[in-house]
Parts: sequence; C-alpha cells; structure tokens
Amino acid sequence: MKEEIIIAGFGGQGVLSMGKILAYSGLMEGHEVSWMPSYGPEQRGGTANVTVILSEQRISSPILNSFDTAIILNQQSLNKFESAVKPGGNLIYDGYGITTPPTRTDINVYRIDAMDKSVEMNAAKSFNMIVLGGFLKISPIVKMESVILGLKKSLPERHHHLIPMNENAIKVGMDIIQKMN
Amino acid sequence: MSEEIKLMKGNEAIAHAAIRCGCDGYFGYPITPQSEIMETLMDEQPWKTTGMVVLQAESEVAAINMVYGGAGCGKKVMTSSSSPGVSLKQEGISYIAGAELPCLIVNVMRGGPGLGTIQPSQADYFQAVKGGGHGDYKVIVLAPASVQEMADFTALSFDLAFKYSNPAMILADGVIGQMMEKVVLPPFVDRLTKSEIEKQSPWATYGKPASRKPNVITSLELESKDMEQRNLKFQAKYREIEENEVRYEELACEDAEYLLVAFGSSARVCQKAVELAREQGIKLGLIRPITLWPFPTKLIQSYASSSKVKGFLAVEMNAGQMIEDVRLAVNGKVSVEYFGRLGGIVPTPDEVVEALKAKFL
Repeated sequence: MKEEIIIAGFGGQGVLSMGKILAYSGLMEGHEVSWMPSYGPEQRGGTANVTVILSEQRISSPILNSFDTAIILNQQSLNKFESAVKPGGNLIYDGYGITTPPTRTDINVYRIDAMDKSVEMNAAKSFNMIVLGGFLKISPIVKMESVILGLKKSLPERHHHLIPMNENAIKVGMDIIQKMN
Repeated sequence: MSEEIKLMKGNEAIAHAAIRCGCDGYFGYPITPQSEIMETLMDEQPWKTTGMVVLQAESEVAAINMVYGGAGCGKKVMTSSSSPGVSLKQEGISYIAGAELPCLIVNVMRGGPGLGTIQPSQADYFQAVKGGGHGDYKVIVLAPASVQEMADFTALSFDLAFKYSNPAMILADGVIGQMMEKVVLPPFVDRLTKSEIEKQSPWATYGKPASRKPNVITSLELESKDMEQRNLKFQAKYREIEENEVRYEELACEDAEYLLVAFGSSARVCQKAVELAREQGIKLGLIRPITLWPFPTKLIQSYASSSKVKGFLAVEMNAGQMIEDVRLAVNGKVSVEYFGRLGGIVPTPDEVVEALKAKFL
C-alpha cells in the first residue's frame, strides 16, 4: 500500500489538521508516514496545502509533483492541482465556490458538498472531517478505529469530548460523496 | 525498554532530543522556519525537570555569545536559527572555534541572500563547510535528511563536539524542519554534574579551586609564533576529524552508471528520482553525504575511478556549491554536472530525472 495525497484549500479550512489526522491514523496502523505542509505567508487568507504520504515502505521524497489523490477545497487549488493527479487517480472536490469544475476524464472525479452540509448540520468546524469521510469512503486506506485513535493523538485532551462529533462527520462524509464521471 | 514511535516535525524532534541528551542550555532568537525549536522547548519547560536553561536572547549575536560563555564553562549548550540569523552568529562561531570549545549550532536554512524567503533552501553550504566566519577554522557539519536524523544528530553533534572540542552544526532546511514523520526519541541521559564536568573538561572555567592556576578561555594570541602553533594544532585536529568522522549513505550504487550526489531534503527528492529512473531502465544511484565537513571525498574518488560510473549529477537547492567538493573529489576523471532550484523552490523528482537525461543521455 502506498497513497500519495495532496490536500489543498484556504487557510483556516482545516487542511493541515485533516492531513495530520490522516498521518496519525496511518501511524496507528504501523505505516510509514510523512506530512509536508506549505508554510508561510500564503497561509494567511490565501491557499494552504499539505502533502501526506502513507506507505508500507520507506518514504523517499516528501515533496511530489503527482498524486494518487487530490482533495481540493477551493477553485485556486483546483486550477493548480487538477493536472497533478496521476492518470487513474482520484480527485475529490468540495462544490462550494467552484465555478469551473474539473474536466479530466482519465481520473475519477468525486464531488462532496461538505461546506453546505456542515452549515446545514450547524457544525462548520467539522467541515474537514466530512471531507475526510468522503476520502475514506473511496480510499479506505485506514480503518475507522485508527482514525479515532489518530484524532485522540492529534487533538489536545481538552478537545477529546469533540471526537464523537468528528466521528459522526466522517460517517456523513462517507454518505454524501458522489462520483461525477 | 522500547520507546514509543511519535509523529512530529523535525524542529520539534531537535528540541525533544536536546532535552533528552542532557543539554544544559539553549539560547536562541525566533526566525522562520525553525521557531518550533524554541517554542517546543518553552512548552516542555525542561528547567523544571532536567534543569536545562531555555532563553530567548535579545538577538542572534547575543545568543551565540551566551553559547560561547556556556561552552567555556564546560556546559552542553546550543543555539538555533535560520540563514540570516546564522550569518549574524558567524563572528561568535569563529571565536568558539578559535577557543576550541564544544557546542551545537542548528541552521534550518531558508532562501537567501539577505532576508530572502522563508521557504527551504540549501544555499548556506559554503558558509557552513568553508568557514563563514574569519580565520582557518572548521565546523563539523551534519546534514539530516529525516525527522529521525534531526533527533539522532542532536546527540551525535554534541558527542562529536566534545570529542574534538569543536563546534558542530546541524545543517537542515525548511523541508526537514517543517515536515512531520515518525520518530523514536533517544533515551533520557542525565545532565553532567559539576564534578563530572570538571573531569570531562578540565580546561573549563567552572570555578577555580586554590589548587590550580586559572583556566583561560580565549581565541586571542598576540605572539604570531604562538598563533601559528595554535593553528597547526587546529589543522592536525581537522585532519584527524577528516580521517575518522566521515559519514554517508549509498543508495542503489552497486551497479550504477550515473550517480546523484545530494544531501538533506534534496537527497530525499533524489531517492524518488532514483526509483523513477530505475523504472525507466537508467542505472542511477545516490550518494548522500551525511557529514558535509568532513566530506566523503574518498568515497566519491573511488566511484569516479571505477570503470562503471560515467558521470555525477550534484543536486542542490542552491546555485551549485557542494558540486565544488564533488569536482575536487572526482578530479576530472568523469563529468560532474549540476542541477538545482533557487530561492526557496524544492526540485521535484521528475525534474531531477529530466536534468539527468538532458546532461548525460
């Protein structure tokens, strides 16, 4: 198993923490993991992205130019990373604010309206967990138990009471993701 | 007793490793992309547990001179910064090398020159291995390529620094500092007691008993004859380090016709480039210098002299600095080419393979 993932969106959408939870989940299953964020001024109001790799083997480059999966949360990131998905790979995007949807036909395109759903659920902060759920539905590379353990590891203890809410959001995400092509 | 596997940033790993290896003091000033080193130390509050001092100085210059003072007392002390801040420390590093004191300096490099960018770079290679400050001195330079090595090299740097009474440097960059990977932290080692310090470093200014003359820590020698003798002693020590402390990693080199030479995060990119090239039937290998000084000259010489290797490609996040040391080692036997990106851009594995093809195939 080896999964090379880019998660990209606006700063503040929980891009980096989604990647962190995924990385921790991989750690719980004994995989090799790397988490490489974009860091710097572009995080303030601009785009943020993180490359997460889970692998059974030693990870060579933490920086990549093509990915098995791109999880895209805004139009700028879609413009930047649609072409970086490997042929046959997966592109997941949140429909909110997307004016020009993906057009590639040699990849699997999925849409998840996580932003709308999180507002509807009155749980805007679980947005990124809904997206994570959608990803895990199409690429079940880690088990739900590992994700919960990963959440415990990556969240400070004072936030552990929020874990059931996050678990629910992941399940919602699994339900609402839809294939577009 | 097996230690738990943790997930953390390279910068955080350095902080935890420093506390665990019995470091007495950290003195620093914040700068991206290495601020998590001091932030983690402040969070961990080791002054309450091991007694380690953590101090945010008023400037980088103050911090390196605090290191000079602490090292003069025989203490295990360190500082960290990123490129512009390490430039400010160069005078202090020259003095510490001139006074033959052990210490650890961490440089998590960013793009330069000047204030440059906060993104990863390797453009301080010359500064680290060729001096940086004034005078004929050398700093032992270790280049980690993983979060695990950030942790491991912290303790190793201190060991080497004390073994040779010489400053040691960890030369990392924004990639290794900011990325999270698995790491097993080293076991806790107690800080040295005063009597242990007296035994380990009898030259140190730990407080003069009536029984001996004062110890003097200085880099100043007004008599040229004496200063030459001092320099000759330094040079003898440097030759000993070159003889004993070269470290490197070879990847897929046995049957390689072409060899990449890369350190730190560039070496990680190159590992992937080797995988890609091998898939295309190109016999490519990678030499990763772990010590940048002392440089693995003999290893590269031996590959250059073998009949198999047709060329070397130095891959660096700078305009071609380490390539000079590769060329000195190869000494014209085969062609040595350069590929790199500048100013904070990290090359991709594909770019490395394309560069190899363009130069050699």
